[in-house]
Amino acid sequence: MAHDLAVRLGDDALILGHRLSEWCGHAPTLELDLALTNIGLDLIGQAQLFLGLAAAAEGEGRDADALAYRRTEDAFQNCLLAEQPNGDFARTIARQFLFSAWQELLLRRLADAADQEIAAIAGKAVKEVTYHASFAAGWVVRLGDGTAESHQRMIAGLDWCWRFTGELFEDGCAALRTEWDARVDKVLAQAGLDAPEPVRGITGGRRGRHSEHLGHLLAQMQYLPRAYPDAVW
Amino acid sequence: MDTVELSKQNDVSAIAADDAGRHAAFEARVAADEFIEPKDWMPEAYRKTLIRQISQHAHSEIVGMLPEGNWLTRAPSLRRKAILLAKIQDECGHGLYLYAAAETLGVSRDEMTEALHAGRAKYSTIFNYPTLTWADIGAIGWLVDGAAILNQVPLQRTSYGPYARAMVRICKEESFHQRQGYESMMQLANGTPAQQRMAQDALDRWWWPSLMMFGPPDDNSPNSAQSMRWRIKRDTNDKLRQKFIDVTVPQAQALGLTIPDPDLKWNPARESYDYGAIDWAEFYAVVRGEGPVAKDRIKARIDAWESQSWVREAAMAHEAKRQNKAA
Repeated sequence: MAHDLAVRLGDDALILGHRLSEWCGHAPTLELDLALTNIGLDLIGQAQLFLGLAAAAEGEGRDADALAYRRTEDAFQNCLLAEQPNGDFARTIARQFLFSAWQELLLRRLADAADQEIAAIAGKAVKEVTYHASFAAGWVVRLGDGTAESHQRMIAGLDWCWRFTGELFEDGCAALRTEWDARVDKVLAQAGLDAPEPVRGITGGRRGRHSEHLGHLLAQMQYLPRAYPDAVW
Repeated sequence: MDTVELSKQNDVSAIAADDAGRHAAFEARVAADEFIEPKDWMPEAYRKTLIRQISQHAHSEIVGMLPEGNWLTRAPSLRRKAILLAKIQDECGHGLYLYAAAETLGVSRDEMTEALHAGRAKYSTIFNYPTLTWADIGAIGWLVDGAAILNQVPLQRTSYGPYARAMVRICKEESFHQRQGYESMMQLANGTPAQQRMAQDALDRWWWPSLMMFGPPDDNSPNSAQSMRWRIKRDTNDKLRQKFIDVTVPQAQALGLTIPDPDLKWNPARESYDYGAIDWAEFYAVVRGEGPVAKDRIKARIDAWESQSWVREAAMAHEAKRQNKAA
């Protein structure tokens, strides 16, 4: 149980951190470049810790890098939301906002979990994620309540991501839903945006059934360790 | 980092028009190693030279995010990925320090950005070379940051206070990343035969461009004399280049790698390395914007800026609404 949780949390952080690293050098302002890199770095740090814990728990001599670089896409358990392509800045912000709001709620609970190792990592990570959630919410409001164009783009970004949010509340996370809904509604109201219509959610990530995007992401991410299996970097 | 600009020195006649007394006092302060501060009087040519140098230094930090960023999604371990993210994040921060320092001279960040995109302002020639293998990332940390540090350490005593203070902060962070770059090269040099070949190939390709980072030879460096007199610059290009070679050759030897220069030889009389001829034709071509990936680099910056102006406009529109509500 703790092992599955560590894999899921580690994979979410790894894949989303990877997506954010694609922004590097290409953001709308230098301050945003810095912020996205900063969040990406936090998430890669969390991935190291959670995947390290998962690898130790399975007791097969693997480490965090082995889990990150030597598993195929059907073994990854990240949520589908995390692997969505960056799109424009509004879609990246929508993805970050919906994910970080959820991750913050989950990590707050896990920081008091019975499993002390999970609790320790969650306690460290929640400080970072609180910043991520607040950064993303701030930009949802700026874009939603900015210009006509940014408003439209924010709607499109939320619309792209919305069908993947149901998956976040699977696997023992159902209890987070009410608080998450309230939080999302509040920010969207501030931004002058309506919550997207409920849709039949698309799920599968937690069981290794991913979108078509993950395979490409892993091909790029894993290429060096795959090409040079004996090398240590 | 030494950015190289071949255009003519700004209007020197402006100096003549300045009040002679203030000018003499300024020269005396500089000669006494006092810091010049934003509100102090300064010759117009000094201001312009500094704006050019600091803004091009800032641009170098920003354009320099691209060659390393090229390998972020392919970094071969979580640790290397985290180190590289932290390094690029620092470079962005260094760009922000430097733009802020340049702004104290009365130029706006938007004007500087516009000059970069229009090709009126340069950035370091080194970033117009491509990163072709993972080893290039280690080589950049080791050689490029190493060269940058040698250029920047003397700038901690440069005569313009805001620039000097920015350099103090930047050098502390750079040195850390440079050691990490060298450590990454060491891992490759001590790794599998394929990794060793990768490391040697990276050194082969980055060695000469790194030497070119110190700028043209002293006998063809039009801005040097004035910059030395104003203590904007503290050492000549050739002197810094020699220092870099003397420091770096033993580091390459420690890695078991070969410097790609058949004429490189220890000179016991000078207690320094003699080295082969630099391909100045290549250097001037890269300065003219003909580097292998110069077009790609500047296009990436222009695209990021222009295609996302809607984000900046949204932020300003939102801020205006917020202030209206508050009023």
